[in-house]
Amino acid sequence: MLQTNALAEDTVLTQTDNAVSVSGVSKNYGEVEALKNLTLDFPRGQLTSLLGPSGCGKTTLLKIIAGLLEPTEGKILVNGSPVTGPGEDRAFVFQDFALLPWASVIRNVAFGLELRGVAKSEREDIANKYIKEVGLEGFEKSFPHELSGGMRQRVGLARALSVDADVLLMDEPFSAVDEQTRRKFQEDLLALVANENKTFIFVTHSIEEAVYVSDQIAILLPRPSRVADIIRPTGLREKDVASIRRDSEYLDIVDEIWASLKSYVE
Amino acid sequence: MNNRSLVLKLLSAVIVFGAWEIAGRIPVSYAFPTFIESMKALYTMVVDGSLFQAYAETLKPLIIGVLISAVLGIIIGLWIGLSEWFDWLFSPIFIVMQAAPLAALIPLLVMIYGIGLTSKVFVVCIMAMPVIVLNTSSAVRNTPSSFIEMGTSFLANRWEVLFKIIIPAASPVIFSGLRLGVSAGFIGAILSELKITPTGVGDIITYSRSIADYASMYAAIFSIIVLAVVFLNLLEMLERVLFEGNVRGYASD
Ligand SMILES: Nc1ncnc2c1ncn2[C@@H]1O[C@H](COP(=O)(O)OP(=O)(O)OP(=O)(O)O)[C@@H](O)[C@H]1O
Ligand SMILES: [Mg+2]
Repeated sequence: MLQTNALAEDTVLTQTDNAVSVSGVSKNYGEVEALKNLTLDFPRGQLTSLLGPSGCGKTTLLKIIAGLLEPTEGKILVNGSPVTGPGEDRAFVFQDFALLPWASVIRNVAFGLELRGVAKSEREDIANKYIKEVGLEGFEKSFPHELSGGMRQRVGLARALSVDADVLLMDEPFSAVDEQTRRKFQEDLLALVANENKTFIFVTHSIEEAVYVSDQIAILLPRPSRVADIIRPTGLREKDVASIRRDSEYLDIVDEIWASLKSYVE
Repeated sequence: MNNRSLVLKLLSAVIVFGAWEIAGRIPVSYAFPTFIESMKALYTMVVDGSLFQAYAETLKPLIIGVLISAVLGIIIGLWIGLSEWFDWLFSPIFIVMQAAPLAALIPLLVMIYGIGLTSKVFVVCIMAMPVIVLNTSSAVRNTPSSFIEMGTSFLANRWEVLFKIIIPAASPVIFSGLRLGVSAGFIGAILSELKITPTGVGDIITYSRSIADYASMYAAIFSIIVLAVVFLNLLEMLERVLFEGNVRGYASD
């Protein structure tokens, strides 16, 4: 009796445990099959990386989850309800930042809240908090063209954080920063995942980055596009962030992923 | 930076007026007065009030025409930029309008609308509107799609996308269209007074030429240019007030 109860509880848990679940999604751009029958679950409160060669459909998948693109086939559930368009439960961090050049940093960060009808003083308070959090204090009045690439990227990040969505969709968010800043961001991201109860979906080209920050890595391969493998670097989360890169499990996973991706680079 | 641009403006004015004075003294042509003579004539016209009377006449079709062109031009331009169907329907009209030889159209307008204000307003609109429409529509079409995608993903509705993203993104090009349109409108207003009925400033030009008072003629032309510059500067101020973020300095700064 006790056992069946525990089992039932377990299944309920695994069912509701996914913040986002993608099932049987295909997407065609005319002749091009960008995604074909892709199924993937994103556990709540965790960071899932999408890793794969250029053109395998990572951005396409992210935009479908965001509700910006309609899948040709298949279904996406966010918190159990099907996606029909963009929603308050998701926020996007764009690969090209998509900052409004005519708006100051604070207006850009508060833009999501502005569109949600939050009063000016309230949204600026929230925006200020996240501007501080991403380390842009003092640049509130600056315009995007006065910032460096990495600073712009942080504005995009703050904008997504400030709407307080459950799911953060990040399309290569660290692509425009130098290696040092990138490492700093990765550490910040780990802290963010640990502190905020949010689900992160993270697109990256870097195997090392994926292994470093992820709870789950989905390796996507093109032609035909599919999830080739799902890797969960479970042991790494308990370790000290400073020593992960010297950890043997970390190095093994990096090697393993490289081995499976190698053939697609040539 | 502000000081530098003021100095540059003054410097270019000094160069132009200096060249004018020298050309008048040579003289390039017996019909070309010096700068100082023209300014004297301008002074006389200001003092006896004839210049203001003339502008009361000239500004009517100019202001009406420019306002119609700006409001209608921006609305139509937005529409053309947003809808393929509208583009197909209206773009050709404005392209033809821009290319049309206005002098040939004026007799036609006079036949239809007479020699009054209506015809003159039409001439101003024909000059000013196409460039405003075409600039607006191409600016709207070139709104970076990533901005619109960003807006949509943060739950902007269609009106918010239009007013908070498309229009601000298009505003620098819309304003440059307005600047060109206003300048063209000035040309249209004077042209209509020269070709339809000589009234206002056009009358001063026509009349003073007929009595060989070239100083007055150039004074009138000069006053138009000054007015146009003032107008364009007002427009620039308006842009600065409305779209603060558009002021991004010069490429070389
Ligand atoms: N709007 C579009 N129209 C037509 N084809 C498209 C469009 N967007 C993407 N594609 C195609 O779909 C495929 C997947 O594109 P996608 O942008 O999702 O790849 P990606 O994995 O994000 O690549 P990258 O890592 O280079 O960003 C590509 O082959 C691309 O050519
Ligand atoms: Mg991509």
